[in-house]
Amino acid sequence: MLDLSYEAPKPKIIAGAKSDWELVIGMEVHAQVATRAKLFSGASTQFGAEPNSNVAFVDAGMPGMLPVINEACVAQAVRTGLGLNADINLFSAFDRKNYFYPDLPQGYQISQLYHPIVGEGEVLVELGDGTARVVRIERIHLEQDAGKSIHDMDPALSFVDLNRTGVALMEIVSRPDIRGPEEAAAYVSKLRQIMLYLGTCDGNMQNGNLRADVNVSVCAPGAYEKFRETGDFSHLGTRCEIKNMNSLRFIQQAIEYEARRQIAIIENGGKVDQETRLYDPDKGETRSMRSKEEAHDYRYFPDPDLLPLEIEQAWVDDIRASLPELPDAKKARFMGAFGLSDYDASVLTADVTASAYFEAVAEAAGDGKLAANWVINELFGRLKKDERDITDSPMSPEQLAGIIALIKSGDISGKIAKDLFEIVYTEGGDPAQIVEARGMKQVTDTGAIETAVDEIIAANPAQVDKAKQNPKLAGWFVGQVMKATGGKANPAAVNQIVMAKLGL
Amino acid sequence: MSDLNKLTIAEARDALRRGETTAVELTEACLGAIETADALGAFVHKTPDLALARAQAADARLKSGDAPALCGIPLGIKDLFCTEGVESQAASKILTGFRPEYESTVSAQLRDAGAVMLGKLNMDEFAMGSSNETSVYGPAVNPWRAAGSTQNLTPGGSSGGSAAAVAADLCLGATGTDTGGSIRQPAAFTGTVGLKPTYGRCSRWGIVAFASSLDQAGPMTKTVRDAAIMGAAMMGHDPKDSTSADLPVPDFEAMLTGDIRGKVIGIPREYRVDGMPEEIEKLWADGAAMLKDAGAELRDIALPHTKYALPAYYVIAPAEASSNLARYDGVRFGYRAELSQGDGITELYEKTRAEGFGAEVKRRIMIGTYVLSAGFYDAYYNRARRVRSLIKRDFDEVFAAGVDAILTPATPSAAFELGKEVADPVEMYLNDVFTVTVNLAGLPGVALPTGLNAAGLPLGLQLIGRPFEEGALLNTAYALEQAAGFVAKPNKWW
Repeated sequence: MLDLSYEAPKPKIIAGAKSDWELVIGMEVHAQVATRAKLFSGASTQFGAEPNSNVAFVDAGMPGMLPVINEACVAQAVRTGLGLNADINLFSAFDRKNYFYPDLPQGYQISQLYHPIVGEGEVLVELGDGTARVVRIERIHLEQDAGKSIHDMDPALSFVDLNRTGVALMEIVSRPDIRGPEEAAAYVSKLRQIMLYLGTCDGNMQNGNLRADVNVSVCAPGAYEKFRETGDFSHLGTRCEIKNMNSLRFIQQAIEYEARRQIAIIENGGKVDQETRLYDPDKGETRSMRSKEEAHDYRYFPDPDLLPLEIEQAWVDDIRASLPELPDAKKARFMGAFGLSDYDASVLTADVTASAYFEAVAEAAGDGKLAANWVINELFGRLKKDERDITDSPMSPEQLAGIIALIKSGDISGKIAKDLFEIVYTEGGDPAQIVEARGMKQVTDTGAIETAVDEIIAANPAQVDKAKQNPKLAGWFVGQVMKATGGKANPAAVNQIVMAKLGL
Repeated sequence: MSDLNKLTIAEARDALRRGETTAVELTEACLGAIETADALGAFVHKTPDLALARAQAADARLKSGDAPALCGIPLGIKDLFCTEGVESQAASKILTGFRPEYESTVSAQLRDAGAVMLGKLNMDEFAMGSSNETSVYGPAVNPWRAAGSTQNLTPGGSSGGSAAAVAADLCLGATGTDTGGSIRQPAAFTGTVGLKPTYGRCSRWGIVAFASSLDQAGPMTKTVRDAAIMGAAMMGHDPKDSTSADLPVPDFEAMLTGDIRGKVIGIPREYRVDGMPEEIEKLWADGAAMLKDAGAELRDIALPHTKYALPAYYVIAPAEASSNLARYDGVRFGYRAELSQGDGITELYEKTRAEGFGAEVKRRIMIGTYVLSAGFYDAYYNRARRVRSLIKRDFDEVFAAGVDAILTPATPSAAFELGKEVADPVEMYLNDVFTVTVNLAGLPGVALPTGLNAAGLPLGLQLIGRPFEEGALLNTAYALEQAAGFVAKPNKWW
């Protein structure tokens, strides 16, 4: 396997009124675990069900009800940890985070403060310009999601939907290694991509199944490097946490706004208060939700209803053995085995289904580069035009490979191939048969081409003279011949004959 | 047969199987006794119709020869157990009107073993108390009175209603729960037998939680044999409780041979507390002598961290309680305060909890909240957890050195007057001094009556056993019961 190696990107620098500032960002990404049942109950996790229909007694905090861990959720967390190159903790434990809210029926959230299931890992975040940031993962812990409070259905009453209460979340906590808004968005995208490959989270940000709390601070250039050398957070600025972001665009906007807000405060001689903020996308600004002083005291303590979670190395090894090829490895392989560019390999591995499609085309056609071109430029473009997804592509990998095979054998020209693509895409059918039946085959009969060339030369003596002075003009004859043969002539053969006849 | 309600479980079981009586007759006898015992305040929700229906079903099973262990045996169930369709209030105003849609695992096992539920029994609110006086229903009253006195005494707590009901023959046995002594102390105060099984033996599923790492259900009965029979029916692995032990439950009754020759009984010197009444000293010494006479070897042992147990308990139990009781918020079930115009969610919480919880529960919620709060967590909660480990280690070492059971007093005194200790919570908490160590270490403990004091009130001793060896523990208790020959009954005044 080819190792991917990149230069680290430069941190984003924001020019303040007085000096330059750098951004330091850490993220807590909450990913809903893809499982059928909740973390501690057998209730369904199905999205969009009737309110309060997916609720077990324990989810509703009924007296005497007890949580029992769902093994599938633990397996998914371990799988995610392995996918992020992280340490798996064979011993972990659940703690209660206590606070009152109507959508938290037990009065506490079961989480893992002291002993998370997954320890340190790292993620390679490519930025598309040939640079990539290595973001260190501090930990991943399992916890319960809360329900949903609805305040806008009635002027006087609030409503609570407990369907989401107790659904398993993985909280993926990064180190403050992210240095700009684009990096932050790319980081979330990369996590999403990896989890989609792993099948551990459906990545649906709109439904809130993937959301992020973003910690933002600013510092003078050079300060961050001191922090990395010493681990001393005092080199960094005071951070603010922007809660509950579920859009990549808003994450970038919020970070940009928040950094500028902090810079303005500092440059005006003020102090940034450590606080929790919310981003208002309509106004494009963050606003204070609660200050450090108002912060809850969650009174964490080990949940006495649950024994520590002890898993076996053999079980972890089994999960590791079942991991699919992950994006970085696949990308490196595509670059190595098929000679793809970094960009093409990135595009083709962005989505696991698309990468499988490409690979099927490349193998059947025996040409990775050609396959990449056709998948990225023609197929993706055509699907996008139809607002279709690769999963419901009307053209199979075998069909596309068939088209590519016809190009490679010289049976059709590139131009004809595009027509053929459209026919196969809209009407279906076997490309070779279509070419045969509709007479689309390229003319490679040199006699026929020679006749056409002779005719053009004879009809255009002035052009012949010009071309003899300037050989670049020979292309004009090639074009004329192609036109005359309805595009079916083999362009290479035409070129060769034109050059010979013109004596170039 | 007359006075069927006075039978033990074993006697009733045998009579039922011999066809000498029926479950309906037994149940009617108990229901009759209950009807005339309102002065004891033991039963707080009576379920006579349900009881008779179950008794009829039990008779049908007996007739068909399909008679499980407790078939037709009338029992009382502590109000802390959730019972399907029947009020389950944990003796708290905040659970007013709460009728669960589910049956606790323990009460379901008893039901499935053929037992007849007569109703729900009084207790301290959320099992917090040692005198049954924190109950929203008012206190249960001890059937025993001091000779020549008409003063009402406490039956102990928190399982005071269970103890009073069993002692007054209102039922043949009752369920209790024990977080710091709530089965054993009331048993000792009422001349009954109370077994707290090893933590993990009885499922906690469906029992209103007080302190999850300490709570354990157990039987309260008239004899050790009955505790063996009823206890076995209550225990067993339950996948719905993650802390439930996946171990088989042996036939405890078959282990009651009374033969304890060669067994080593530890006498812990730390339990000889300052100011211990002489009558308790004597009871303890007499009990030790009886065990020795029965062939056991007595051994002085040290449990050096005992003196830290009570403070550690009163950090850990309230800490867990403060979190366990957060769900009583007026949103989904039970009591909800009347709100004023403009009140929001905060007022709903504050008013509901202020009105719905009694003083002792509020005190413990506040203590628990305090010890878990930022800046105090290490000094209190974590330190208490370390103490707990040391206490457990004390016991582990003693058992590893060959001790089979430990004999201690069950309580520092006989039953006291109702109202006497209410004003001073610390004095009340001292009732648990001999019992909390067992909960902290997760061990089985049994309290049984071995004598009367000068005023004619029952006194009890406690035996502590190895984890998951309830059978051996009950056999030692059985030997002590045989030797003590305690047969006194309270004089009926109610």
